[in-house]
Amino acid sequence: MIKIIIFVVAYLVLAPLVGGFLAGIDRIISARMQGRVGPPVLQPFYDVFKLREKEAITVNKVQDFYVTCFFIFVLVTGCFFFAGGDLLLVIFTLTLASVFLIVAAFSSNSPYSQVGAERELLQMLAYEPMVLLTAIGFYIYTGSFEVRQILSGDAMAFLPLIGVFFGFIFILTIKFRKSPFDLSMSHHAHQELVKGLVTEFSGKTMALIEVAHWYENIFLLGFVFLFFANGTIWGTVIGVVVCLAAYFLEVLIDNCFARMKWQVALNSAWIVALVLGMINLFIVYLV
Amino acid sequence: MGTIFFLILFPLVVAFVLLVVKADAARGVIVKLAALVIAAASIYLAVQYFQGGDRYFDFSNENVNYVLMVIEVCLAVYIVITGIKHKKYLASVFAIIQTPVMVWFELTEGHHIEVAHNLYYDRLSVIMVLIIGIIGSLITVYALGYMKDFQHHHAGEKDRRPWFFFVMFLFLGAMFGLVMSNNLTWVYFFWEITSLCSFFLIGYTKTGEATNNAFRALIMNLLGGMGFATAILILGFVYQTLELSTMITYGMMYSGIMAIPAAFLAFAGITKAAQMPFNSWLLGAMVAPTPTSALLHSSTMVKAGVFLIIKLAPCLGMGNFAGLMTMTVGGVTFLMASFAAISQSNAKKVLAYSTIANLGLIVTCGGIGTAGAVWAGIMLIIFHAITKSLLFLCVGTAEHNIGSRNIEDMDGLFGRMPRLAAFMMIGIAGMFLAPFGMLISKWASMTAFVDSGNLILVGIICFGSAATAFYWTKWLGKLSAIVAGTENIQQNVHKEEWFVHATLVVLTIVACLAFPLISSTTLVPYLEGVFGGLSSMALSADNMIIMVVMVAVVLLLVAFFFGKTKKKIVPIYMSGVNEGDNLQFHGSMDKPVSASLRNWHMEKYFGEIKMNVIGCVITSAVIIIGLGLMIGSLVAIMTGGAA
Repeated sequence: MIKIIIFVVAYLVLAPLVGGFLAGIDRIISARMQGRVGPPVLQPFYDVFKLREKEAITVNKVQDFYVTCFFIFVLVTGCFFFAGGDLLLVIFTLTLASVFLIVAAFSSNSPYSQVGAERELLQMLAYEPMVLLTAIGFYIYTGSFEVRQILSGDAMAFLPLIGVFFGFIFILTIKFRKSPFDLSMSHHAHQELVKGLVTEFSGKTMALIEVAHWYENIFLLGFVFLFFANGTIWGTVIGVVVCLAAYFLEVLIDNCFARMKWQVALNSAWIVALVLGMINLFIVYLV
Repeated sequence: MGTIFFLILFPLVVAFVLLVVKADAARGVIVKLAALVIAAASIYLAVQYFQGGDRYFDFSNENVNYVLMVIEVCLAVYIVITGIKHKKYLASVFAIIQTPVMVWFELTEGHHIEVAHNLYYDRLSVIMVLIIGIIGSLITVYALGYMKDFQHHHAGEKDRRPWFFFVMFLFLGAMFGLVMSNNLTWVYFFWEITSLCSFFLIGYTKTGEATNNAFRALIMNLLGGMGFATAILILGFVYQTLELSTMITYGMMYSGIMAIPAAFLAFAGITKAAQMPFNSWLLGAMVAPTPTSALLHSSTMVKAGVFLIIKLAPCLGMGNFAGLMTMTVGGVTFLMASFAAISQSNAKKVLAYSTIANLGLIVTCGGIGTAGAVWAGIMLIIFHAITKSLLFLCVGTAEHNIGSRNIEDMDGLFGRMPRLAAFMMIGIAGMFLAPFGMLISKWASMTAFVDSGNLILVGIICFGSAATAFYWTKWLGKLSAIVAGTENIQQNVHKEEWFVHATLVVLTIVACLAFPLISSTTLVPYLEGVFGGLSSMALSADNMIIMVVMVAVVLLLVAFFFGKTKKKIVPIYMSGVNEGDNLQFHGSMDKPVSASLRNWHMEKYFGEIKMNVIGCVITSAVIIIGLGLMIGSLVAIMTGGAA
């Protein structure tokens, strides 16, 4: 019990710090790839502090409520995960959080944010099957949906679930909001003139969304880590290294591609889920 | 036993009274009182049950069988005549085939088979009785106000409301009979009555389209009825029994043996539950007034189909072809109907496809036939009944007040009819979102599917869930949009309608909070009784508690923080300069241009026709192969037995 509380508190405190720090590194790496120097590594934190100083305005009375709920449930998702809870519960709670964000964008009735909301929905449609298959892959291999049970297993799930692993890495591009699948909103100025989903959010509300994104990234990397954890030091080390490598890979992809059409996102994500995910599940089930 | 009779006969009496009462005021009083009495009697039956436990009643009375037979023959004659009159000969043919066969069987072979128990109730029937008694009666109350408006909108036509209410109450009575009969010929009798009732309700407006759709429903359900009759004949001749309980006990021990009649009964269930390739009758039922749709989709008709399949679950399973057929049909239907719902903008059609999809999931659960799957299936039945009736009735009210049932026209409903929009949002959240009702059962069914080892179904539920979230969220978004310059028009809604909406909202929330209790007091003992030993629940107690706590958290967040902001409200960004009303921007031609927003429907990906063709081809093939195999093995048994 105490261990669970420590993990949850550690997640709540450390995730935004690590997540923000990773975002800063992302910006430096991206800048270097584009031949720029880039901002200081703490720039994401400066941005968030600056957003908090802005004038408090909103477009309607309900939007802030939805965004706050989004933030709360992103945190809850991570807490379930780091407390060692059920993977399906984690995924469903994440869906709840995403729906709150989408409804927040819809509620403004502003053209750009609604287009962004529809695109965010499409992204959900694209990645959801693969995320569910990942959880089911762990269940078939380890016999449990519970993160704490999966962690306590002494065999690395990476090799048997290698198809699922690469499928998950693929949809991570969508989840991290990286090009070519940053359809609903992008961090790059060259991708769009108006900021999609978040067009109507400003000030503190916007800051909340940034921080929620950091929390979400860390929790997603936790998923990647799960493939390598086997209770030994080496498993942990490999896991952390692969997480960092995956993050770097996403930054690389981000800088190598321009945004693609939504059809490509949906088609490719579903084909990956069917081919890599489903075939892998069949093999693990039969072996 | 008295309560059972009361529940079957009282609605019948009320139905006849309503047939002769023409005055609005008198009808209002009678319907409300009757609804109250039926709901109270259902609850009383539940209380009685929890004091006494499972009970079977012999109640053998030859005369009852003869009376049922006479009614059956009269109805068959009626179907034959109307079929010929409307040139729907298929309906006549089906009636001509099955009724004489059944009568002949009952007079010869059936006569000698001793039926020890004609009536019964167990926990599953109690759940069904509560659903029919509470939700069904609420819908009749709602129909009072709705049908008044409906008559008003169709002023020139004859007032056929006495007939409408007659059929509605008859329907409730038949459903009570269906879920509490143990004698399969009785179940069959009530089964056919519900088919006929839905025929009358769908054809209520007597337009060409309504009549056509009504006949389609009738023909498909009569085909299912033939499956039912075949199952009875096989049971009678080969196994010498007509009792559902005996069949299930045998099926539990040797599921291979009971697979043959089970397959035919499951086929009947598949037609009634509007599974592909028979889904078109439920879609066609949309032409009827909304209370009809609500009744058919939530507490009666389709629920009779899934009830039978869930009841038969012990005879199905991965081990025999009856089970494989049922789960494949359900799974394919779930996936294809979920996809098709994406491409629809008509609210009632989205609801209809979502019903078909959810029924598909329940049918799949029944087909898998493990304790965990059945747990998920029963939970789905409960949550779906409450939430779907709420949504249908909300759409009906919206339609009468905004003049459209198109989701695209529900833009800014939050401003025009805030209370109704809030109710609808609760209903939608209940359909797919954690931590509410349906998701709990979807979670459980996902676990059950993986455990069954049928990975194709696992893939189906993963993709289907993603599609489900997509179409509900875009509707939710439309409702939540705050459109400027809208006027509140919800004061025109009838008091009865508000009462029913509010009750269903309360029921939705109560079910979400109390489901662990429903599980431990009702579902688990039922499953232990049927499957023997300790049944494994699909969800751990911890997870159930987490879900309940999350429901409470969401409710508290809404109650305390919704719409409370002190921030300055500013106009939205509209690309051009906002004209100040959030509806128009200053266009490049120096004129105001109004902006309008539409949802995605992705016709190319999820076009309705494409999905239906794919789904119907696969399911037809599966059913033909499944039933063909069953007939083959039946012939093998018969000839083997003779030799």
